[in-house]
Amino acid sequence: MLTGLTLTEARAGLAARKFSARDLAQAHLDAIGRLNPQLNAYITVLPEQDVLAAADAADARYAKGEAGLMDGLPVGVKDLFCTKGVKTTAASKILANFVPPYESSVTARLLAAGSIFLGKTNLDEFAMGSANITSAFGSVMNPWKRNGDDAALVPGGSSGGSAAAVAAGLALAATGTDTGGSIRQPAAFCGIVGLKPTYGRCSRWGTIAFASSLDQAGPMTRSVADAGLMLEAMAGFDEKDSTSSNRPVPEFSKAVGKSVKGLRVGIPAEYRAPGMPEEIAKMWEQGIAWLREAGCEVVDVSLPHTKYGLATYYIIAPAECSSNLARYDGIRFGERKDAASLDGIYERTRAEGFGPEVRNRILMGTYVLSAGYYDAYYLKAQKVRTLIKRDFVQAFEQVDVLLTPTAPSAAFAQGENMDDPVQMYLNDIFTVPASMAGVPALSVPVGLDSKGLPLGLQIIGRHFDEETVLSVGGALEAAAGFAHKPTLHAEAGV
Amino acid sequence: MSLDLATTRRIAKLARIGLEDAELETVRQKLDGILGWVDQLSEVDVEGVPPMVGTETEALRQREDVVTDGDCRDAILSCAPEKSGPFYTVPKVVE
Repeated sequence: MLTGLTLTEARAGLAARKFSARDLAQAHLDAIGRLNPQLNAYITVLPEQDVLAAADAADARYAKGEAGLMDGLPVGVKDLFCTKGVKTTAASKILANFVPPYESSVTARLLAAGSIFLGKTNLDEFAMGSANITSAFGSVMNPWKRNGDDAALVPGGSSGGSAAAVAAGLALAATGTDTGGSIRQPAAFCGIVGLKPTYGRCSRWGTIAFASSLDQAGPMTRSVADAGLMLEAMAGFDEKDSTSSNRPVPEFSKAVGKSVKGLRVGIPAEYRAPGMPEEIAKMWEQGIAWLREAGCEVVDVSLPHTKYGLATYYIIAPAECSSNLARYDGIRFGERKDAASLDGIYERTRAEGFGPEVRNRILMGTYVLSAGYYDAYYLKAQKVRTLIKRDFVQAFEQVDVLLTPTAPSAAFAQGENMDDPVQMYLNDIFTVPASMAGVPALSVPVGLDSKGLPLGLQIIGRHFDEETVLSVGGALEAAAGFAHKPTLHAEAGV
Repeated sequence: MSLDLATTRRIAKLARIGLEDAELETVRQKLDGILGWVDQLSEVDVEGVPPMVGTETEALRQREDVVTDGDCRDAILSCAPEKSGPFYTVPKVVE
């Protein structure tokens, strides 16, 4: 079935003319029509005639032997990437009718490589959340269910719509963005692969900003090789992003399948968090055993400042968010609420346009940056961030990659973990440190828990060494042989 | 150190988010909880540690001082919620 393929399989099928890009696009539009009303994975689905016209153009390129890296492959785009002429909301009321007059650099690269965009996927408002419950356009439902229990589970966040779409067969792959775990945690919750590249690898230009020193775009896919393929299409130098890296972009997909014999895999002691569920600990042990069997050397390492990662993150990310989101003033773009004075317009527009979580983060950020508190909170957090990054740099003097769980639990039900923001923030305990350090990290699905829900393991690598991360990810994927499908899937019951 | 209502009101004013008094109290409680939790950083010794600015993977670069973009007034104005001719409109600011 066309909706169950990997990018790599679909690319081969198109090249051999086993099916057309039009067939592939149509199968996905049909699946979206059937399942999106339940899953709410897409905020906007592109008009059918536009999608099919793009697919026809891809078919013509295949016929001429001019197909690009992602040619004819239908993908979802997180609704945080500006897409020219296509509504881009960041899942916020304040941008409910925003139609960008320009294309983000990452999506422009994907289009240039021939990708077919199906639509804009749902997310937490402005990418702030770990359960995709803060979207102004409704929660996303995880396509997975606990055994014998119909309760709606969260897909993780913030790239929850992308993760649900890829898991359920509503896109072959999707873009995500990751600020503190927003690609990796939803990938783990939905049983797919998610890669946060090194900071600077993918341009941030035209991606709606949350926390600019942390935000990084990356692929969400069904296989590790697919993540390499799609990253290759997304990555590259961009003059329009001052933090974009001008290092060459390797052929990432070729890193998958390379021998990992002799690589040193670090196991950070501090990730053995108190209260870690037995099943997560067991899966981690299993991952260690698999890599040892593949010829890796397993080394115990220490990242002593790990436990301060989250608290540091929840000062730095809100500080940057309060600055970035100052642009939503009701004057230049977005929604506007009228008032008698200019300040009144700002205050009403922002009070009514932002949801509670976004407002709280802006206020938190304003507080830690305000006179009298800046040194105690923001400057202190920047110094602790230096120590967190040093931990990684020192660990990578001894080892090639680190292996940890991706998240401290499997997907939870909508309504759980909702009252106390700190409880919700703890979801990102294993993903935030790599974001703080700017290093690449990959989540790979490796098994199911006793309730039938997917669990992921995370591989963290050196700055700009996505290739080793992908090689080890490929070895883990091969050993785990994860082939489970969620309850709600385009191919279920058809 | 616990967050009081007057400070919460001042922050909301700085952030230009208009909150009712009842909302201010809810926000105060949430922020106070988070601030109490991040206070754990006070136990970290950062003597002599420089602050990390960005992720320091690449040095900031300079470019030629030339115009690289522009001439797209209408595209930019197309996003404005209210406009008049080639202008954004706002309530009267100067008396």
